[in-house]
Order: sequence, then C-alpha cells, then structure tokens
Amino acid sequence: MEHQILTFYDWVAKLSSSELVALILIVTLPLVFLIVYALVAILGELKISAFIQERLGPMRTGPWGIIQPVAEVVKLLQKEDITPDAANKPLFNMAPFLMFTAAYAGFAVIPFSSHFVPAGINLGLFYIFAMGSLAVIGLVMGGWASNNKYSLLGALRSVAQIVSYEIPAAIVILSIVVLASSMNLQVINANQGGWFWNWYVFGGPGSIWKLLVIPFTFGMFLLYLIASLAETNRTPFDIPEGESEIVAGYHTEYSGMKFAMFFFAEYANMFVVAALLSILFFGGWNSPFGDFMNGPIWGVFWFISKSFFFVFVQIWLRWTLPRLRVDQLMGVSWKVMTPVAFLCFFAVGLWAMLK
Amino acid sequence: MNITKNTENDRMNFWEKIYLPEIARGMGLTLKQVFKPKFTRQYPEEVWNPEGSYRGRPVLVKEEGERCVACGLCSRVCPALAIEVQASETEKDKERYPVKFEINMLRCIFCGFCEEVCPEEAIVMSKDYHLVFQSQEEAILGKDKLEVPIAKLQDRLEFLRQYR
Repeated sequence: MEHQILTFYDWVAKLSSSELVALILIVTLPLVFLIVYALVAILGELKISAFIQERLGPMRTGPWGIIQPVAEVVKLLQKEDITPDAANKPLFNMAPFLMFTAAYAGFAVIPFSSHFVPAGINLGLFYIFAMGSLAVIGLVMGGWASNNKYSLLGALRSVAQIVSYEIPAAIVILSIVVLASSMNLQVINANQGGWFWNWYVFGGPGSIWKLLVIPFTFGMFLLYLIASLAETNRTPFDIPEGESEIVAGYHTEYSGMKFAMFFFAEYANMFVVAALLSILFFGGWNSPFGDFMNGPIWGVFWFISKSFFFVFVQIWLRWTLPRLRVDQLMGVSWKVMTPVAFLCFFAVGLWAMLK
Repeated sequence: MNITKNTENDRMNFWEKIYLPEIARGMGLTLKQVFKPKFTRQYPEEVWNPEGSYRGRPVLVKEEGERCVACGLCSRVCPALAIEVQASETEKDKERYPVKFEINMLRCIFCGFCEEVCPEEAIVMSKDYHLVFQSQEEAILGKDKLEVPIAKLQDRLEFLRQYR
C-alpha cells in the first residue's frame, strides 16, 4: 500500500528534482480544489434553492449567472472589516481562521485518487474526525469573543448540538473501522474495490450472507448522513445560526473577509463530510462498475462526483426540511440515533466476528 | 364524559412516526419542483402587458382636439392633492380647455378617482408602470407628457365602457 500512496508525490519529486516543490504542490492542490469547489457550491446553493422554489436564481452576472459567486467574494472583500469595541479582539480575530484551518486540515488525509493523497497516515479516519471536532472551538471562540447575546446563544447551541451528534457519528465510524479493520482511508477505499455491491453501504465485500447485514450498514449510512448535517450546522440542524431566532448566531458580529472565512469554512466542512460519506460508504475513488473507467485518473472523477452528489444532497435537504427545535434536536440525537448506532455497531461487530 | 383522544399513536402510523419515509417523500416533492416551469420574469427583456383593468399612470386622452374641459373635478377629488388644473377659454366647441395640467407622480396613489369622476372620460388610467424619475421636478408631469393618443388607450376605454 505504502508505495502506491506516495506515487504522485514521487512523480512530482522526480520531475522537479526537489522534495520541497513536491511538498508545496501536494499541499496547495487541495487548497486550489477547495477554492474552486467553494465557488461551485455557492452557485449550486443559489441555483438549487431557486429551482426548488420555482425561481431562476441569479441571472445577471455572466451567462445564467455563473460568475455570481465571484461577484459575492469581491463584495465581501470590499466590505468594511468591523471589530466591535466590546469584543475580545485576539479571540475575535482568531476564530474564523481557526474554523477554516480546522476545515482545511481535514483535507490532509482525504484520498482524491488511489495515487493522490496529501498524507496517507494510518490514523486518517481518527484524524479527520478530530479535525471536524476542532471546528466547534472556532464557533465558541467567535460566539464568546463577539460579546453579543445572540452570538453566545448560537455558540452554546452549536456546542450542545455538535457534541451530541458526534457520539452517533463516532460509533458509526467505529463500525466501519470494524468492517475494514483499518483506519487508513486508502485501505478502506481499496477494500471496497470492484463492483458497487462491494461498497460498505451494501455490507462490503462478502458472501450472500451479507444480505443480513445490509439493513444495518444502510442504517449506519443514514445515521452518519444525519449526524454530518448536524456537524456542519446545515438545515434541519442549523439552530446555531437560525436567522429567524438569533439573528445569525455565532457570526452575527462578523463582516467582510472574516465573515467570508466562516462561510468558506462551512462549505469546506460540507465537502469534508460529503467526502467522508463517499469514502466510508460508497467506495471513494472506486468505479461502481468493476474495471470500467477505473484507475488513478478516473478515481479523481469518481471521488469528486460522489462527493458532489452528497454536497447536493445537503443543499437539497436544506431547502426541503424546516429547522428542528432545540429539544427535538437533542431528543433525536440521544433517544434515537445513539441507541440505533449502538445496535448497528453490535450487529456489524457480530457479523465481522462470524464472517 | 366526552373526551376525544389525540395522542401521537392516533395521529400517525408506524412509518410516519419514524419520519424517514416522509422525509424521502418531501425530498421527492422538492426534486419535482426543480423541473417545473419557473415563475421568474426577466423584467427589462420580458415586459408584462397588463389587462385593461390595470391602473397605471393617469393620462389625458388625446383625440383630434383634447377631451378635457378643465372642470377641475379631478383636482378636487384627488385624495393626495396631486393634480393641478388651470382653465382657460377657447373658440372651439367645448369652449374651455386646460392651459396647465400637472400631475405630481410622487403624490399620485393610483386610486383612479380622477378617472371615475371625469365627466368627459378625458383622464384615464393607462398601462404604463415604468415610472422612473431622477429628480423631484421631473416627477411633475405636464400636459406634454400626459397626453396620450386615443389609439393606445383602447383597452382601458373598452374596460370602462363595460364595467362602469
């Protein structure tokens, strides 16, 4: 496995005869991808919301409004960067960057293809989960430092929500680790190779007896989808920034580029969880049809299209479901999702033992 | 005792209570919306043509001569005091005509009272809703801007004949 993971890195290092160039390139490629993806996702959000509401969405900037996200970024750049007098300035300025750093750090272990992963570490899954949890510190920082009751309320809500939903998400991830017997995302992907019935959402590779475990693995997929929505603060779990209740939650006081960083971090987080969904349950860079269109280059295509599909699902859900109440939100997490996640964990563990 | 029970068990069956199928149904609904024709109109390119019943900018009807006899009823009835009329005499059949007829479009509330009260059907509401002014003075429309040839107002006159 090890020699395969380093292929792209080796190739660049050989080409430029310098390891530093290879390192810089391998770090900047995901960032470039992230920026392009964020622009596409912002446009997607605008257009999909418009289409669901039988509107056209932005139409004036470029043909069919395709450069609207660029216009929005330019607008945010031009805006005045306000720091409130009562704010705790170091914390206030640090929060959006911490948020974004946490979101971008997750990209370090995401395998875009069988031959391209920035850091193919063995604890990839653990690391990505830890980085996802780091975002909550950024939220609390922003909410607390703003010195604004709505910001603080938003931050408190987001902590309660994210900490609660991390438990079912963690149990689901543990179940996947049990199935794959590895925490390396490349190994998890490689295990799901071949046809689409080898994906973990369909029980992973195995004999006909895996039909017994499919309900549980599919349930795990749904659990992780719901938990990931809560972790990225997307509707129906957007109570930390519920604009009709607490203005804008933790980023009420932010403006200009710092607000853009929060916004950017939200979209980056969306991609990280979508990528994780596609890696853990839908075979990541594997082609669904055996050897058809399989390989390192096609892998990028499959991985990105699978991840974009889940980003689309997140946007789609946002414009379908209303926001949950705080007590309902906690109820869903503690009374339903955590027990069901334990049940799935038990079933998958039993199956992995008897297999 | 006359008690009706309304517990969650009575209202929803099992599949509704676990929510997920209903969420899937809702997502199906929103996905169907995506492919429906859109309501948005691209305004400056696609202009909406109102029906005769539309109350747009009030205008003066212009035939060979003018219909207005400067009775001042419109100015009197106008709740927003937007109309100013100055009458004068002339040798023609109608004997009177307005020397000055001004409507302040910043005051006009498009109520149509002037049209209702007019004995000569000389002031009518047009279909014009593209009202843009760059200064307050520009918004006071004089006779030159108010007079519109009768051919353009046929829809409204037809509507008035039918419903009034």
